[in-house]
Amino acid sequence: MKFGIAVFPGTWSDRDCARAVEVLGHSSVYLWHRDRDLQGADCVILPGGFSYGDHLRTGAVARFAPLMDSVQEFAAAGGLVIGICNGFQILCEAHLLPGALTRNASLEFRCETTWLRVETAETPFTRECRAGEVLAIPISHGEGRYVADPETLDRLDAERRVAFRYVRPDGSPAGDASPNGSMRDIAGIVNETRNVLGMMPHPERAAEAVLGGEDGMRLFRSILGSVEEAGTFAPTVTPAAVGSAPAAPGRGPISDRGGPGRRAPARRVMKETVHNAAADGQGGGGPGPAGEPGGRRRRGAAPR
Amino acid sequence: MRFLAEVVVSLKPVVNDPQGLTVRAGLHQLGFTEVSDVRVGKHISLEMEADTEEGARRRVTEMCEKLLRNPVIEDYAIQLRVLEPR
Amino acid sequence: MTTEVHVSDAQLLEVALAREEYELASRRLGRVPTPVELGVIGALWSEHCGYKTSKPLLRRLPTSGPRVLQGPGENAGAVDIGGGLACVFKIESHNHPSAIEPYQGAATGVGGILRDVFTMGARPVALLDSLRFGPFEEPAQRHLLDGVVAGIGGYGNCIGVPTVAGEVYFDAAFRHNCLVNAMCVGIIETDRLTRAAAAGPGNLVLVVGADTGRDGIHGATFASVELNEASSERRPAVQVGNPFLEKCLMEVCVKLAGDPRIVAMQDLGAAGLTSSAAELAHRGGCGIEVDVAQVSRRERGMTPYEVMLSESQERMLLVVRPADAASVQAEFDRWDLHSDVIGRITDTGRMLVTDGAEVVCDLPLGMLIDEVPYRHPEGRRPAGLDAKLGIDPLSMAPPWEIGETLLRLLRSPNIGSRRPIFRRYDHQVGDDTVIRPGGDAALLRVRGTGGGVALTTDGNTRYGELDPRLGAAIAVCEAARNVVAVGAQPVALTNCLNFGNPEKPEVFWQLSEAVEGMREACLALGVPVVSGNVSLYNDTEGESIAPTTVIGMVGLVDDLARRCQAGFAGDGDSVLLLGPVGMDLGGSEYQRLAHDLNGGRPPTLDLDLERRVQAATLEAIHAGLVRSCHDLAEGGLAVALAESCILGGRGAVLDKRFFRLAAPLVQIGLLFGESQSRFLVSAPRSGVDAIRTIAQRHDVEARELGLTGGDRVTLTDVFDVSLEQVAAAHASALVPLS
Repeated sequence: MKFGIAVFPGTWSDRDCARAVEVLGHSSVYLWHRDRDLQGADCVILPGGFSYGDHLRTGAVARFAPLMDSVQEFAAAGGLVIGICNGFQILCEAHLLPGALTRNASLEFRCETTWLRVETAETPFTRECRAGEVLAIPISHGEGRYVADPETLDRLDAERRVAFRYVRPDGSPAGDASPNGSMRDIAGIVNETRNVLGMMPHPERAAEAVLGGEDGMRLFRSILGSVEEAGTFAPTVTPAAVGSAPAAPGRGPISDRGGPGRRAPARRVMKETVHNAAADGQGGGGPGPAGEPGGRRRRGAAPR
Repeated sequence: MRFLAEVVVSLKPVVNDPQGLTVRAGLHQLGFTEVSDVRVGKHISLEMEADTEEGARRRVTEMCEKLLRNPVIEDYAIQLRVLEPR
Repeated sequence: MTTEVHVSDAQLLEVALAREEYELASRRLGRVPTPVELGVIGALWSEHCGYKTSKPLLRRLPTSGPRVLQGPGENAGAVDIGGGLACVFKIESHNHPSAIEPYQGAATGVGGILRDVFTMGARPVALLDSLRFGPFEEPAQRHLLDGVVAGIGGYGNCIGVPTVAGEVYFDAAFRHNCLVNAMCVGIIETDRLTRAAAAGPGNLVLVVGADTGRDGIHGATFASVELNEASSERRPAVQVGNPFLEKCLMEVCVKLAGDPRIVAMQDLGAAGLTSSAAELAHRGGCGIEVDVAQVSRRERGMTPYEVMLSESQERMLLVVRPADAASVQAEFDRWDLHSDVIGRITDTGRMLVTDGAEVVCDLPLGMLIDEVPYRHPEGRRPAGLDAKLGIDPLSMAPPWEIGETLLRLLRSPNIGSRRPIFRRYDHQVGDDTVIRPGGDAALLRVRGTGGGVALTTDGNTRYGELDPRLGAAIAVCEAARNVVAVGAQPVALTNCLNFGNPEKPEVFWQLSEAVEGMREACLALGVPVVSGNVSLYNDTEGESIAPTTVIGMVGLVDDLARRCQAGFAGDGDSVLLLGPVGMDLGGSEYQRLAHDLNGGRPPTLDLDLERRVQAATLEAIHAGLVRSCHDLAEGGLAVALAESCILGGRGAVLDKRFFRLAAPLVQIGLLFGESQSRFLVSAPRSGVDAIRTIAQRHDVEARELGLTGGDRVTLTDVFDVSLEQVAAAHASALVPLS
């Protein structure tokens, strides 16, 4: 498959993302912010960085880039879009995702490994994970505190659109160990149609054991699986899919890392009986869907 | 008396203002080409008690000199308004 | 050539010229310099550009070696790291600007050193920083530290170059003059390495990037015909960096490296257009013409003097053939970077500056660069040094028992965890950081080679204060040891010499001693100096800083699989000390903490032993015998042991036999003394004999001290503290930071 990696003048995770795709064994193409052509990408990555300097608000100017028009269309047609760090901020500014990213509660930049609990495997980006499991993924941001009004937060929870929450290494709620003070410990969310993911942590930085971990590859493998199963999502191929195409259709054999008997229906609002992970408003709430082992303790994720 | 003091802290005119330059570039990109110069500053509003407007101004000036602005690179401007008593 | 200017002492002071130097310049020219010319001469004959005090000393340093591709004299040094790649690096100070405005001073320091590296075409892959402040306990010093850390992060994080290593120390000697030294490392294909030597008369000179403002202009009031006091008021004391703009500049410069359209590339740093234009032309044996009227300004009403001496950040100078100018400018346009053609290369050997049609400066380049009037000040060993050296550190009763001493040392701001600092730096962007901050040296993967580069900065102020020669030599050795500890072979170094006013005989003596010490250590270890920077006049109210030689070292790992790290990696491993047993407490951190003084002889250094210990350790690591390796430094053996425990998340028990008979003071010396040339390694017990064999072959002592494992750090009958306690003490040293 082909990943399209957006490049704004201040983007710096572009090459890191290309490296992760290389590790995945697939190809990527850089998409210059002034261009509109997505070059047939099956998934668009909006990487980390400072897009246009981000002096006014992170991502504020980037959303007006010509490239973002195409990304909007692509997303509306069901194409997979993942915004990482600054990419998440741009997606929020572009209203592809609700809420906003504000200054870390510490008022300081933070670069460190965080532990993310996978809140749902029912997205094209997490289908290779098990709900409730904990991934070690680094963050690197000064403005990553997710905020939204209570209605939006409730809706995100009710629709199981919180993909990741910051937790402690054992999977318990982050509490005061939150790296940025995000509301309900939200680290990543998907849109209603589940084909757009925004997350502050950098999965591309956890792509190789020699650099300290490979958990981030679970996301890239999930995307690969989703795309391979569904064919391409490029709007030129499925122009009629606007607003309806689920991003992670399919079922059946998921790689050996997937949980048994899990399927990924990914239709708008999840209807299964699920544990409302944010019932306590702190993003705690337990190990995830019944029947899945939650809070797996990670080995080998020693902090520095 | 209750006052509302509004303090605007901005970089001195001669100091390079990358934020202003970047915002200007963004505006130009969106077609607001009539904008020739942009300076970005901080807006701080303070509610306070003072006997007179002069006294309030003196105190706010002191706050600016001591804390609110960085004298090496920043200027400040103060606006005062009398607030209705609570 | 119009106005003749009467020159007062005050005016000369502003351009930092002595009256003899002014007269020399006038004689050489056969006339009185114009105001612009005087500014140009002052700038190029300054310590910063012309190294007029330090150059005669620096010439003594070894600068060549089989791997050296570029020694001192260019924007940065470069070494061959195999696989057709070069590693380009340099360290530079930004002490004075950081003292005035810590955030912007540090940020623009980072910006400047980045430009030095990407000017050579290399993509910057790592930043390091070496910092010195007054006592951490003082709020004003923490405020400075906080601002500097925020500034380093603010620039590096935004531009997307990881800050992977560094050091920070607190000492009253830096209360009024903090030190901020920033180092940048870049990687480039050797055949794309770009030099800053102009060529081809008729070729065009472009200035690219930020508009020029009245930033950083000194010698302000000199040109009295053009300027009055009000105009000097208009000049900002501080520059505000724009990392976003620099990011764009960096991308284009890295892309254009090796491009045949680029004849030469040079960044604008100290003395701005003046020094970059002069150096660029002179390196290529050319002349240069610049029309200041063509330079885009940020402000109205700037004089030629101001344009030539402006130090506005984020600007580059390029030389291109006329036919290529449009296409090169298009490359910059793509990134919304402005470029102006401001002049051309000539064959006159002169720098001609015009303001439209009017000539404002016409000087021979040879005079500006080759004929810097070097100063040879008198040196004198400071009185009172002997008294300090005469102190016997082993004669003073220890105030605390040993376990508590260890915890206090770990909690000391000079030893404890730097995490509150480095977690504010993006140390991972670029996806090549194999060993992150917190260990001995950072290790960066070099793609396509299977190997990597090890990077560190080091410098001990306390040793240097007692013996600058020894202090500088130890800084070199310690930096090399850091690099060896991760399994890398030291390859080359860059240095930053931070000293006081060299016109004081004591300071000049310190400077010359330090250079000599550096020279001796470089020769002994076979590590050349490829770049460097000198920061003098670090004085406040007549008080000079303690002499501080900071070394930035690059080492090479051929195979990342053979790297090593500092944390104990398995339970039941043997803990070994490679190198001598010693109890050098002079100049130690223990001495500062326990007795609040710096005295006695600093640790002795046997350079041949140092070389052998490093060789033996590296051999053991490369043979796969060693599971962890940590260099012994501040706090000595006990602190190194605790750190390996903390990093590895497991305790250790040392055998009492080694210490049993020692008196308490001797125990203090053995445990906290900072004797040189030592590593603490751990290894599976099955490999201990093989390590001994290697050590013997290198004539190096190897002692088994105990075993790893458990959750306590113990020396039987001497101290016993829980790992939790040790880790908590270590973690709390720099909390709260601000």
